[in-house]
Amino acid sequence: MAEKIDLKDIEVWDGNMAYANALRQAQVDVIAAYPITPSTPTVQNYAKFLADGYVDGDFIMVESEHAAMSACVGAAASGGRVATATSSQGLALMIEVLYQASGMRLPIVLTEVNRALAAPLNVNGDHSDMYLGRDAGWINLCTYNPQEAYDMVLMAFKVGEDLGVRLPVIVHQDGFICSHTAQNVAPLSDAAAYAFVGDYKEVDSMLDFSQPVTHGAQTEEDWHFEHKAKQHKALLDSVDVIERVFAEFKTLTGREYNRVESYLMEDAEVAIVALGTTVETAIATATRMREADGIKAGVVSPRCLRPFPMKEMAAALKGVKAITCMDRSSPNGALGMLYNEITAALFAEGVIIPTDNIIYGLGGRDMTMNDMEEIIKDTKANADAGKVVGAIQSFSGLRGPKLELY
Amino acid sequence: MSKGLAGADNRGAVELGGMEKVGWDEVVKGAVLNSFEGKVSNPAFSRPEERSYNAFSSYTATVASWRVFKPVYNRDICIDCQNCWVWCPDTAIISRDKQMLGIDYDHCKGCGVCAEVCPTNPKSLVMFSTFTPVDEALTQWPEKTKKSKD
Repeated sequence: MAEKIDLKDIEVWDGNMAYANALRQAQVDVIAAYPITPSTPTVQNYAKFLADGYVDGDFIMVESEHAAMSACVGAAASGGRVATATSSQGLALMIEVLYQASGMRLPIVLTEVNRALAAPLNVNGDHSDMYLGRDAGWINLCTYNPQEAYDMVLMAFKVGEDLGVRLPVIVHQDGFICSHTAQNVAPLSDAAAYAFVGDYKEVDSMLDFSQPVTHGAQTEEDWHFEHKAKQHKALLDSVDVIERVFAEFKTLTGREYNRVESYLMEDAEVAIVALGTTVETAIATATRMREADGIKAGVVSPRCLRPFPMKEMAAALKGVKAITCMDRSSPNGALGMLYNEITAALFAEGVIIPTDNIIYGLGGRDMTMNDMEEIIKDTKANADAGKVVGAIQSFSGLRGPKLELY
Repeated sequence: MSKGLAGADNRGAVELGGMEKVGWDEVVKGAVLNSFEGKVSNPAFSRPEERSYNAFSSYTATVASWRVFKPVYNRDICIDCQNCWVWCPDTAIISRDKQMLGIDYDHCKGCGVCAEVCPTNPKSLVMFSTFTPVDEALTQWPEKTKKSKD
């Protein structure tokens, strides 16, 4: 039986330690993982917990991330609570198996630490891996700091394993800025955390010999379409469970989460839409500018990137005069994902608001408050003009001539 | 095919893919396929015809139409060595108590491995066109081959 750790009311954890403690408290049956910067300390800390007797489950060392996620799929199909961690190239190598996990409806939790994709090789944080995995059929939950990373992993198990959901969940945090920055975290006790997550509920377990099952069946044109439609519907329907789990977590901890987070939006004239740690930078900058410049700026972020909260996103933004969507991933021949999805959400409601698209922070390039101030000033200029002044897409924090596209 | 081996069961009852097609709201979550109707205990110790295979088990589907050649079995020559039973990649050789009984033509794909590994002279399993009736094939059985002295 696993030993308990007597946690303090406030611990000083970086994002990786927050992930590792949430995984420990959830008492995962099988973790199969392969180390990769910057998520290595998540599994390194977890492996130490296991070696020191604080975890009952198994840790499988594998030869690659493809093998890691494959082992997770096998363990989950066998009937256990399963998780792993990765970043960047590791996620890229897992992609094939991410689709297997979601299609097989196995509620694996992936604690992801976001990092740029090569080439050129880069170990720092951006969201290109998050964007790569977003269509793989997993629930995607986003966080800005270690506290949220800890909270969201506990909730991820409860959401994904719900019998009405049965889908895998990725939790995101930014590489280094969150994963390696120690901050105050108020954890639950081991007992309270486990009681919140609950026991794993087995469904179609391969180790249930009284009901032999085949997982990973082949379906051709006569069955495949129905299975994929049912899976997509289940992903959209998971919003009810996500909201219920967010509400239960608030009752337990007082910490409130929403599928769309809005900050300073009550009277906002302009809005920044961003993901990850940039949200905190935007909030701090907007607060400063409200006092210094009188610009009423607010910030909106999809906490739940998938299933995409289309109506809630439109509701949060429809009252502003201009929007800037900030994508921390190279759009590679299109407008950024947030731009496309936010403008579509507004368009579906019949709302047309001048919206531009900032590409920033690739490969860990810092997004400073001064950079953010310039972006918000440009958004305000769009609001005053009633249209996007200049190009729709521009790069922030980039050396060389100003790069504007579309 | 000897009656009784598939007597009361539903082996090969439908062409593969011929089961009832249901809508997206009725398909099984995760495309999981249950082998049997309800719970079972120690199915490995029961014979196929005693098991309650469900409609999504390959047992209930026939793939006979995939076959171009078929093995024909000659009881008069067979020595019940079980070589064909061991080597068949689709468990389509039916044997009971180490006695060879015949071919499961619902699942045999005509690969010819059984005929290849058969050690008797002449062979107890010979490949014929899948359209040649078994009775006719048995009248065309090859002669015993003599060992050459070279």
